[in-house]
Amino acid sequence: MAVTTDDVRHIAALARLGLTDARSGELAVEMNTILGHMDQLSRVDTEGVQEAIGVGATGLPVRPDAGGPIPLLKSIDAFAPSLRDGFILVPRLSTHEASEGE
Amino acid sequence: MSDPIASAAALRDSTKGGVSTQATVRSALDRAKAVNAGREGLNIFASLDAKFLEEHATGSATQLGDTEPGLLLGVPVAIKDNIATLHHPTTCGSRILQGYVSPYEATVVRKLRAAGAVPFGKTNMDEFAMGSSTEHSAYGPTRNPLAPDRVPGGSSGGSAAAVAAGIVPIALGSETGGSVRQPAAFTGIVGVKPTYGRVSRFGLVAFASSLDQVGVFGATVDDAARGLRIIAGHDPLDSTSVNTAVPDYNSAMGLPITGMVIGLPKEYFPDSLDPRIRAKCDAAVERMRALGAVVKEVSLPHTELAIPVYYIVAPAEASSNLARFDGVRYGLRIEGDGLKGMYEATRSQGFGEEVTRRILLGTYVLSAGYYDAYYRKAQQVRTLIADDFRRVFESGVDVLFTPTAPTTAFKIGAISDPYEMYMSDIFTATANLAGVPAMSQPIGLVEGLPVGGQFIAPHFEEEAMFTAAYALEQALGQEARA
Amino acid sequence: MTTPAMAKVLESWEMVVGLEVHCQLKTSSKAFCGCSTAYGMSPNVNTCPVCLALPGALPVLNERAVDLATRAALALNCTVQTVSVFARKNYFYPDLPKGYQISQFDRPLALDGYVEIGARADGSPIRIGVTRVHMEEDAGKSVHDRYPGVTAIDLNRAGVPLIEIVSEPDMRSAEEAGAYLRVLKQIIEYMDVSDVSMEEGSLRVDANVSARRRGEMTLGTKTEVKNMNSFSGVERALEMEFMRQVALMESGGTVLQQTMLWDGNAGEVRPARTKEGSNDYRYFPEPDLPPLVLSTEWIAKMQHDLPELPAARRARFVGDYSLGEYDVDVLTANPRMADYYESVARAHGDPKAAANWVMGEVLAQLKTSGEDIAHFRVRPMDLAGLLNLVRDGIVSHTAAKQIFTLMVASGDPPAQIAEREGLVKVDDDAQLAGWIDEVAAEKPSEAARFRAGEKKLSGVLIGAVMKKSRGRADPRKLAQMLEERLGA
Repeated sequence: MAVTTDDVRHIAALARLGLTDARSGELAVEMNTILGHMDQLSRVDTEGVQEAIGVGATGLPVRPDAGGPIPLLKSIDAFAPSLRDGFILVPRLSTHEASEGE
Repeated sequence: MSDPIASAAALRDSTKGGVSTQATVRSALDRAKAVNAGREGLNIFASLDAKFLEEHATGSATQLGDTEPGLLLGVPVAIKDNIATLHHPTTCGSRILQGYVSPYEATVVRKLRAAGAVPFGKTNMDEFAMGSSTEHSAYGPTRNPLAPDRVPGGSSGGSAAAVAAGIVPIALGSETGGSVRQPAAFTGIVGVKPTYGRVSRFGLVAFASSLDQVGVFGATVDDAARGLRIIAGHDPLDSTSVNTAVPDYNSAMGLPITGMVIGLPKEYFPDSLDPRIRAKCDAAVERMRALGAVVKEVSLPHTELAIPVYYIVAPAEASSNLARFDGVRYGLRIEGDGLKGMYEATRSQGFGEEVTRRILLGTYVLSAGYYDAYYRKAQQVRTLIADDFRRVFESGVDVLFTPTAPTTAFKIGAISDPYEMYMSDIFTATANLAGVPAMSQPIGLVEGLPVGGQFIAPHFEEEAMFTAAYALEQALGQEARA
Repeated sequence: MTTPAMAKVLESWEMVVGLEVHCQLKTSSKAFCGCSTAYGMSPNVNTCPVCLALPGALPVLNERAVDLATRAALALNCTVQTVSVFARKNYFYPDLPKGYQISQFDRPLALDGYVEIGARADGSPIRIGVTRVHMEEDAGKSVHDRYPGVTAIDLNRAGVPLIEIVSEPDMRSAEEAGAYLRVLKQIIEYMDVSDVSMEEGSLRVDANVSARRRGEMTLGTKTEVKNMNSFSGVERALEMEFMRQVALMESGGTVLQQTMLWDGNAGEVRPARTKEGSNDYRYFPEPDLPPLVLSTEWIAKMQHDLPELPAARRARFVGDYSLGEYDVDVLTANPRMADYYESVARAHGDPKAAANWVMGEVLAQLKTSGEDIAHFRVRPMDLAGLLNLVRDGIVSHTAAKQIFTLMVASGDPPAQIAEREGLVKVDDDAQLAGWIDEVAAEKPSEAARFRAGEKKLSGVLIGAVMKKSRGRADPRKLAQMLEERLGA
């Protein structure tokens, strides 16, 4: 299953990575090389083999519904790129750009 | 030129004997200057605030849990740039986190401080720990202190170099597929990857959560064991951390290895193995046999699948773990056309080439239509790899011994093909996939460059590994070292 | 309401509905961190390294979230799984800090339940299948209208624990969907698992709806309808969307699988503008959380300790208190109401009187004030006390109503009000005689006609005495004395 430049564009969009067309083409080639090496897995018989999930764990530890949060030793304004009245600001979503007076 | 720093044990004794931590920190800073550790030189540190360290190095020991108070009293410990610290930035060698200072502290750093250690700057690394050479950093490559035209290995190359250059006796790194053991091998020091779950990951910036583990570099086996003893233990803030007692690893040293069964997995000694590396391994094995160890050949038949499995699982998890770097709440934000434009500009300019490649690879193997063929399949084969280890250890093998890496330190810029670089992890990624502990130590030199030998032990049997490693270290003496 | 147009369509078309219901669990801290779940705080104050998704932070599951989710699942007759797996649902949205939501995917907490929403004509129950119940975390809030050109993000809600209850496509009308939601809400309330308020956002409903010609076995293409904020809104939205799909197919068109948004003000559905990027969520097991393992013993204990379900409570009310079906329905509408009634009935001893008062005076009062019975000022013990005063003949029924009004206003105990306001029933002969004489003097002609045998005038005279006594006169005794003093 060869990766096309369109595939690269598609997954780059999913991953929110802006790529130039030239770079997308190069990456398609690189990914095909890498994935070519991965294809040896398809020859392994894994019928009935469990997937490795929670390696070494004996269950999920839980915490009591109390105790308070891990403190932030600096407030959000020390690291947030854009903050106003306590809100974190981002550019408006395109689906809301022509806002119908919402 | 100032001398290399003393061992952690010696530093602790001298601190107890009245030498101020400040003086120790100052001599470590002097050593860093002397070896030209700065950006234009070995480029060991991502950040090192000398003024802050000199002013705040108090090294007061406070008791924490059941660890011996002050076990690292006055010991400077360098910290990889992907472990959250309060004063120095935590940037993972990435532009996307440039200047980001964590508002909370990693559990391992808190434990180090509680044991009296001084977190000594942040070390350079491959961006987000993706790499095997420390060339892929926003700060530029780190150079190998033993051969500055060569890489120190990676991704924890800065931490390895800090120890190898004699600046600190102990440094923290992180392991996902060999990122501590391989640079330890390349720089001629000791590097330990503990059992998955042995050390808290809280505050370790995630690359591949099911593989990541904080690891320790030491100039000697004793230094490394001392560091691990402090950072190991259950942490309620990490759901994958395991609640089992932490033994005194240092007391496992000096025990005889008579009758210890050491397995040599044949898949780690292929015909293609560099004969000079094979010779060093053979010599090490002979030393252990001479000490009474029982050596036997074993097989881990799925070893050759480790790299394909690793390079599916790790990028898949990474593609998800790195989604939080979106320019919204912290770190770099580059405006673009609307929200999507902001996301894409921030992420494509914030991440380097290798990180971008792996995010794409990971996104691809998880995407609709490919999940079963790649991700699910890889996780099944991962079970087979873990079963290989279980079977061998159940057959009575105490520890395995292998070469750490297929090569010695290569020249900066020598490897440009991504897959060729991935093959550097061929002997190390298996332990991460199976979750078992492993360590590398110097076992000799080839053309003046160190060769690493690796011990792999069953889950939570770090003691056995340290016993064997210490015995071998003593037997080899200075001949193993640069 | 089925319109004539709708009725005609329903002759040849059938609606098929499945619902996805999200309920916010009643925990005091978030699902994976210790931050408070308190509502209405300043933006981003309930945040920490974990729910801000700071580099290096890790999730740790809230034990109470597991308890509550399990309780809900058991109450919905699901099989709780001994092993369930958290998974990451990956998508970018600025109010989703990690870039993924921790949810459950192919191995959810519980499977294969059902809810009974009534009975068919033949008495057999109408069962709606519950496909699954799983745990997940909520996202934050995006505010689009606060500042021009930008979206404001508040992460206080990010990481609050939810359960998602997914039904089978078993509903065949908007009414059935409404009935399912009402029954579901009642069960969740009885389990004390969630506040289940659509208005406050602690209950959210998405609907999958399709249309098919009657007699067809395969399902039509479904659309997902979102953005409803009341149960009646869900019903109206389903009808509108169903009618739209039928009209489309009847005119030769095909239904597209898409998301529709309900506009309650306009009373119409319209296609949602697609979110940025496509929906490939790339689920995979959450590596930061090992599988959740629950022992069969623990699950059995949870089942055993389950609070009383609505159906059981209804049956008990019929059996223990001999109440009629309508009364039981009203009194068990929600657990707070049922608890209130039951406390009054037990403390007072006469379940019928208690039912009359709760359904009469109490409900009327709540309807006027709009408050919930849980916050009602007259506590059950005080209402029972008032009923005791009536039963013991200390206050009259008329006076009791006055006292009740004063209890609502002041919160004081009934005996104290009766005393203070002089509303204790008067059965003192001299006092009653005095009032009768006064009335006889004031209404001489009525008194004369009564004496002459016109007995129907007793009502007028008693009424006058009652008014004079401000309701305190003992009516039985008064009637007797009226006869004695003015009788022939």
